[in-house]
Amino acid sequence: MAKVRGAVVVAKEGCKGCGLCVEACPECVLSLNREVNSRGYHYSYMENPEACIGCANCGVVCPDTCIEIYRVRLQ
Amino acid sequence: MMEIKDIIKPENLVYGKSNLLVDTISHYCPGCTHGVVHKLMAELIDEMGLQEKTVGVAPVGCAVFAYNYIEIDWQEAAHGRAPAVATGIVRLNPGKFVFTYQGDGDLASIGAAEILHACNRGENILVVFINNGIYGMTGGQMAPTSLENMVTSTTPFGRDSERNGYPMKMTELVAQLPGTSYVTRQSAQTAATVRKCKRALKKGIQNVLEKKGTSFVEVVSTCNSGWKMTPVQANKWMEENMFPYYPLGDLKDSKKGESVSKN
Ligand SMILES: Cc1ncc(C[n+]2csc(CCOP(=O)(O)OP(=O)(O)O)c2C)c(N)n1
Ligand code: SF4
Ligand code: SF4
Ligand code: SF4
Ligand SMILES: [Mg+2]
Repeated sequence: MAKVRGAVVVAKEGCKGCGLCVEACPECVLSLNREVNSRGYHYSYMENPEACIGCANCGVVCPDTCIEIYRVRLQ
Repeated sequence: MMEIKDIIKPENLVYGKSNLLVDTISHYCPGCTHGVVHKLMAELIDEMGLQEKTVGVAPVGCAVFAYNYIEIDWQEAAHGRAPAVATGIVRLNPGKFVFTYQGDGDLASIGAAEILHACNRGENILVVFINNGIYGMTGGQMAPTSLENMVTSTTPFGRDSERNGYPMKMTELVAQLPGTSYVTRQSAQTAATVRKCKRALKKGIQNVLEKKGTSFVEVVSTCNSGWKMTPVQANKWMEENMFPYYPLGDLKDSKKGESVSKN
């Protein structure tokens, strides 16, 4: 079992659906939603949440800083 | 098995929005490099405790509204004149940290004289140079930095250097001037390069605080709208086409008056 687990929160309304976070995620956690936000963008979400390691790569590349990253160490 | 709601708790937060970034939705196109570099400047100014000391000078170009996004003092300059405006600000307020934020049309075209002379005088400022090889704001016209054969709205058959001149390497030019201290070329398309770019900007800020002369940080960037690609395609195109002509790395690391260039 992995020693760290992570999770992200995407600010749905701030996301512009650029897909850079999806590309940057080493664990294929993220995907662009089929649904759109109020501005018509296919916002990013955790399609595969169990795989997140909280590395923050997605947040770091996001031009609109709409991803918060959380991480815990497992005992 | 740990549940997501047990992970998403304030004490587990490892990355979020900088306090200095205004909570608003920017006018930038999805995936635009400007957003990434704004974020890095906001994070650094906050982490280095410089909010009260900083004056940014915004350009004309897509970053014309930079002052709407970072909570610091700003001055908007006429097209290309940010280095001249920054000169005035820093000479009258030597205790301030002053930086310009300029696109390639702004810095390399209409503002070519201002940047070269500010760098030659060694004004104690940081220059953040967003080189996306095009005039993004006005509809994707050729810039001095557009690559050879690059298709833009004013070079529909590609840039012909015989006719339009050769793509300008501003960073190499300013590295030759004795007034510059730290001159580097970075990018911001992957998590690793964004983190590296942040370290370069930090070093540039530190050099300015130590009054070493002009620090110049180019960020090879994308303009996916102007290039007519998706943001992901634009990053790939940049890696394949921009990086060979605009190679990444430090060009100079010295202080004002020492013209030691790394190449
Ligand atoms: C004196 C003057 N000339 C021309 C313009 C038109 N103009 C606005 S932005 C721009 C070029 C912007 O390109 P760049 O600096 O590369 O910024 P980008 O939008 O690509 O970030 C031009 C020519 C202007 N606003 N003012
Ligand atoms: S924190 Fe890392 S693993 Fe988790 S979604 Fe972001 S990039 Fe993927
Ligand atoms: S990088 Fe940011 S704006 Fe782009 S899709 Fe991901 S969360 Fe949305
Ligand atoms: S036009 Fe180009 S430089 Fe301007 S916001 Fe859009 S992608 Fe960015
Ligand atoms: Mg440009």
